[in-house]
Amino acid sequence: MKCTAYRITLLGVSVAAAMVLSYIETLIPLSIAVPGVKMGLANLVMVFLLYKLDWKHAAAVSIIRVLLTALLFGNAASLAYSASGAALSLIVMSLLKGSGAFSSVGVSMAGAVSHNAGQIIMAVLLTGTREIAWWLPPLILSGIVTGLAIGAVGAVLISKIKLKTD
Amino acid sequence: MRSKAVFGGRTRPKGSLVISMKNRIRNDIILALALLLAALAVWGVVSLTRKTGEYAVVLINGEETARYPLDKDAVVEIETEDGHVNTLVIKDGEASVTFADCPDKLCVKQRAIKRTGETIICLPHKLVIRIEGGGGVDTVV
Ligand SMILES: [Zn+2]
Repeated sequence: MKCTAYRITLLGVSVAAAMVLSYIETLIPLSIAVPGVKMGLANLVMVFLLYKLDWKHAAAVSIIRVLLTALLFGNAASLAYSASGAALSLIVMSLLKGSGAFSSVGVSMAGAVSHNAGQIIMAVLLTGTREIAWWLPPLILSGIVTGLAIGAVGAVLISKIKLKTD
Repeated sequence: MRSKAVFGGRTRPKGSLVISMKNRIRNDIILALALLLAALAVWGVVSLTRKTGEYAVVLINGEETARYPLDKDAVVEIETEDGHVNTLVIKDGEASVTFADCPDKLCVKQRAIKRTGETIICLPHKLVIRIEGGGGVDTVV
């Protein structure tokens, strides 16, 4: 990571890609029964950065992505949900990747499930309603499915895209 | 197990992993099954502990503002703090939201509720409609 211009460009492109994915997921309701909860498509970019660079770069892009998404397509409540989802997901993915016990697909799956769980935890805190946690089963299931899909695409990107830093 | 593992007399470089790809995929599958099992367990607990409720309770910002008996049909205009509106309809012992001026309209699309603990949530309005009573588990903090 010597070339600063290269790194800044890379982060810029990552943020742009994550923003596009965040926009796409606002068009697809994850579940009509679970309002405000997003799929976490932008996790694709985080998985990629986690494997190609490190968690710090993934975290930087994630923070910018969450703030910009809230500014452009969201409100204060959706900022809280996506921030907690993104944070929990990145923490879990970093830890599982660090353990070395899982493939990038498994890491992505755990990231998607914890992304959904993080949003639910924030929803419970914000609305003061524990019953929201009862939406966990469908959200765990959809997290497994989206996580596997993102992980499969991510694994291809990780092996095909060559960075100068490789 | 990880970077400290000694391999061929040398300490493996940081980030180098001892676990083979085959075993990692096996671990992925175990993780997926564990998550599925967790989802199933939560779902089981939820469906076993729910009973038909007595009241539809309206909570705004987590605080109860009104409650309506499920055995009496009613149409209620709920107004939230910032002047937004959700229409709560109670019919045939079930509660549903038939109109809302929230951006996502997800509360309107949710199914009618009648069992204790079931909720209809309008996140943009920080509004929750929850079924209470009927001898179900009391999960209120
Ligand atoms: Zn609504």
